[in-house]
Amino acid sequence: MLRDPDRPFAAGAGLSRRSVLRGGAALAGGLLIGVALPQARARADEPTPTGARFNAFIHVARDDTVTFTMPAVEMGQGVYTSQAQCLAEELDIGLDKVVAAHAPADQANYGSPVFVVQATGGSTTTIAWTEPLRKAGATARAMLVQAAAAQWSVDPTALTTENGVITDKASGRSIRYGEVADRAGDLQPPADVKLKDPAQFRLIGKPVHRIDTPEKAAGKTVYGIDVMRPGMKFATLMASPVIGGKVGSVDQTKALAIPGVRQVVILDNLVAVVGDHTWAAMQGLAALAIEWAPGVHAGLDQAQLWADIEKVSEGAGVVAKKVGDAPARLKDGALFEATYELPLLAHAPMEMTNCTVHVHEGACEVWVGTQVPGYAQAGAAQALSIDPAKVTINNHLIGGGFGRRLEADGVVAAVRIAAHVEGPVKVVWSREEDIRQELYRPLYHDRLKARVENGRISAWSHRITGVSIMARWLPPAFKDGIDVDAVDGAVEVPYAVGDMLVEYIRHESVVPGAFWRGVGPNSSIFSIESFIDLIARKTGVDPLAFRRGMLDKSPRALGLLNLVAEKAAWGTPAPASPFGARRGRGLALMDAFGSYLAAIADVAVSDAGDVRVTRVVVAADVGKVINPDILVAQIQGGVVFGLSAVLHGEITFAGGRVEQGNFNDYRILRIDETPSIEVHVMPSAENSGGIGEPGTVVVQPAVANAVFAATGVQLTRMPINATLIAKAV
Amino acid sequence: MDLRINGVSRSVDVPNQMPLLWVLRDVFGMTGTKFGCGIAQCGACTVHLDGVAVRSCQLPIGAVGDRAITTIEGVGETAAGAKIQKAWLDLEVIQCGYCQPGQIMSASALLAANPQPDDAAIDAAMAGNLCRCGTYVRIREGIKHAARS
Repeated sequence: MLRDPDRPFAAGAGLSRRSVLRGGAALAGGLLIGVALPQARARADEPTPTGARFNAFIHVARDDTVTFTMPAVEMGQGVYTSQAQCLAEELDIGLDKVVAAHAPADQANYGSPVFVVQATGGSTTTIAWTEPLRKAGATARAMLVQAAAAQWSVDPTALTTENGVITDKASGRSIRYGEVADRAGDLQPPADVKLKDPAQFRLIGKPVHRIDTPEKAAGKTVYGIDVMRPGMKFATLMASPVIGGKVGSVDQTKALAIPGVRQVVILDNLVAVVGDHTWAAMQGLAALAIEWAPGVHAGLDQAQLWADIEKVSEGAGVVAKKVGDAPARLKDGALFEATYELPLLAHAPMEMTNCTVHVHEGACEVWVGTQVPGYAQAGAAQALSIDPAKVTINNHLIGGGFGRRLEADGVVAAVRIAAHVEGPVKVVWSREEDIRQELYRPLYHDRLKARVENGRISAWSHRITGVSIMARWLPPAFKDGIDVDAVDGAVEVPYAVGDMLVEYIRHESVVPGAFWRGVGPNSSIFSIESFIDLIARKTGVDPLAFRRGMLDKSPRALGLLNLVAEKAAWGTPAPASPFGARRGRGLALMDAFGSYLAAIADVAVSDAGDVRVTRVVVAADVGKVINPDILVAQIQGGVVFGLSAVLHGEITFAGGRVEQGNFNDYRILRIDETPSIEVHVMPSAENSGGIGEPGTVVVQPAVANAVFAATGVQLTRMPINATLIAKAV
Repeated sequence: MDLRINGVSRSVDVPNQMPLLWVLRDVFGMTGTKFGCGIAQCGACTVHLDGVAVRSCQLPIGAVGDRAITTIEGVGETAAGAKIQKAWLDLEVIQCGYCQPGQIMSASALLAANPQPDDAAIDAAMAGNLCRCGTYVRIREGIKHAARS
């Protein structure tokens, strides 16, 4: 269950995570960034309910209720459950006793070991938090045991724990955690604790039920958009439809005449209407006569955006990886070349951007669902020119993140509006504003070149051009002109490609870019896997055989390819479908996020060029797994997210405005377009990898390659374009 | 205006044109029913009127009449709704969960009308409900699981 967000609770008080982490957690895989950790902020102990807070993550109450404060946020990916499994495993309690609490903005205690800042993203939670949380659980358990041992005057090593009860087998005595919590909380935490032998795991590695879903199924979950505060008003807004434009003039007369409309707030680049309910605010907004000052970008259109990035991609890049002398070996002779272009994409989470704010007496209280509580706090403070300590962030379960809530722009806009409103106000974006005022997955332009000798690639170059999200989002991670996210998936490839050159060209556009499920590998892996298929087909080699021949140094990748090929019966034709006579089967491989995935997609293509995906088979080697059922769910969901992108996903500009606005023109996959999705997990004792993004990454090139197989046409600009296919076949 | 919501009579004084969605959420504080698109494209706002699934974002409150309104907060009191909610938990259909009140309302109405729906019937009944987390494979399984229970 989840803590009632309206009940005050002293999360984060007491020990800092750094003391829990004494001994140092070794992190592997993912996006590791060498930034010095900030000093733990000194915090006064806050009053807590009865019982004791053992560290930043665990509070044990006298009634045996155990509250876990979750460092990584829950947006559907299952981490409240997997984090609880790690804590409860070592604490020796059942998940039925767990109450989950959202962490406040507090980088010292809840900053990500991967990002340093407090952020949940990039498929890093399991990689970053498994060991720190296990240590936190084991530390609290040791303190509880020590308190019981002192009470009974016995050696703590003689005591055992099970399901929240400490037992002295010699005497037959037992005592509940709640009964010793107060005394245990006063003890000095042990400097180092021994973690459980994995052979003893009751929870880690088991497909236990999620802790957040019973309330979700009953409609009881309070997302940010569901917050109700006493005296609250409701607002909705419209920002300049032309990117970078400003408000010119506003005639409020008709809006203010609508029953329930209370106020119009006019800022430099947006207008908001405040009312007694959202419906009044929406009607009021529609009744406003707004003259916009469109500014300098009123002529911006999509063709120009594509042309700009293509032109920039012809320049010299910063070298991200160099092996041998690829340019010399790619000068002349029989070469393969291709360019792949990836479109702007909106995240479009079902819970649109929203934020409830109360600005009063020099302080600011915020109710929101965010992947970045610290950035939200800093953004609100900056908007109001107040100390961040005066801003309280009340986080919530998130109705879909996908990277959208790694940004605090919605919080900042809501705070700027709320500064003009008496009392608390809930600001809710319409779906149209949510899609049109997005921070989009940026355009990427990938140029690839290769030489093939004796059936293998012997020289390889890959130049990636795109916005640097890192330079804006986490400036210390942008070093020497390289965006580590943009080149992720390109720098380390599973294939032996001989001499190798990977370059990056930073291309900032007027359209800001943001992380989007699958992040950098979405574009780099799409391009690589498309290019490999192109070479295989041009040289008349089976795409599976061609890949296998370059994987002698990647046994995990090779094993997965073999598994997926067997499960999908590679080599047999894709099944017939009433959707279209042309059918094809496509393959793709992904090595990123510390995980390996391979996918085979079957498609049917109609005469009109429409594509229907009829089956997807995925094989996954993601190392050690915390919750195998959540793993499968994340891959299934990631595949659907990727199918939306490759089949339908595209945001375009015309006249400086985003052309799409709702689910009728920014299409996401529906159930009647969804294929069967089979997931086969390779048992693995390797380090845990991330699982939120990989399904999205690997399925897109698999589908594109299946369309290539079905039609003989390789599309190089996504999404798949029916008109182009129809013309070509 | 008098309404009957989840078996409870309630009165409200709002314009006739106000969509049921906003009456539920903002006037009664029944926030289980979700705002997703505002144009009946996503199904997040689905409720039942006399057991039939409707999109509450497009339903003026004045058009409800004396039909019984059932929301996610009350659907567990119906046989089909209880089966669907249990199946959703048995199979762990839910991820972020934001669309799931609408999914559960559509699935419950389907199951009440068609106790043994096949894939085609499921796709037809559920195609109006979007899920950005991509839980569709488990929604299909969940409805069949509920039908067997």
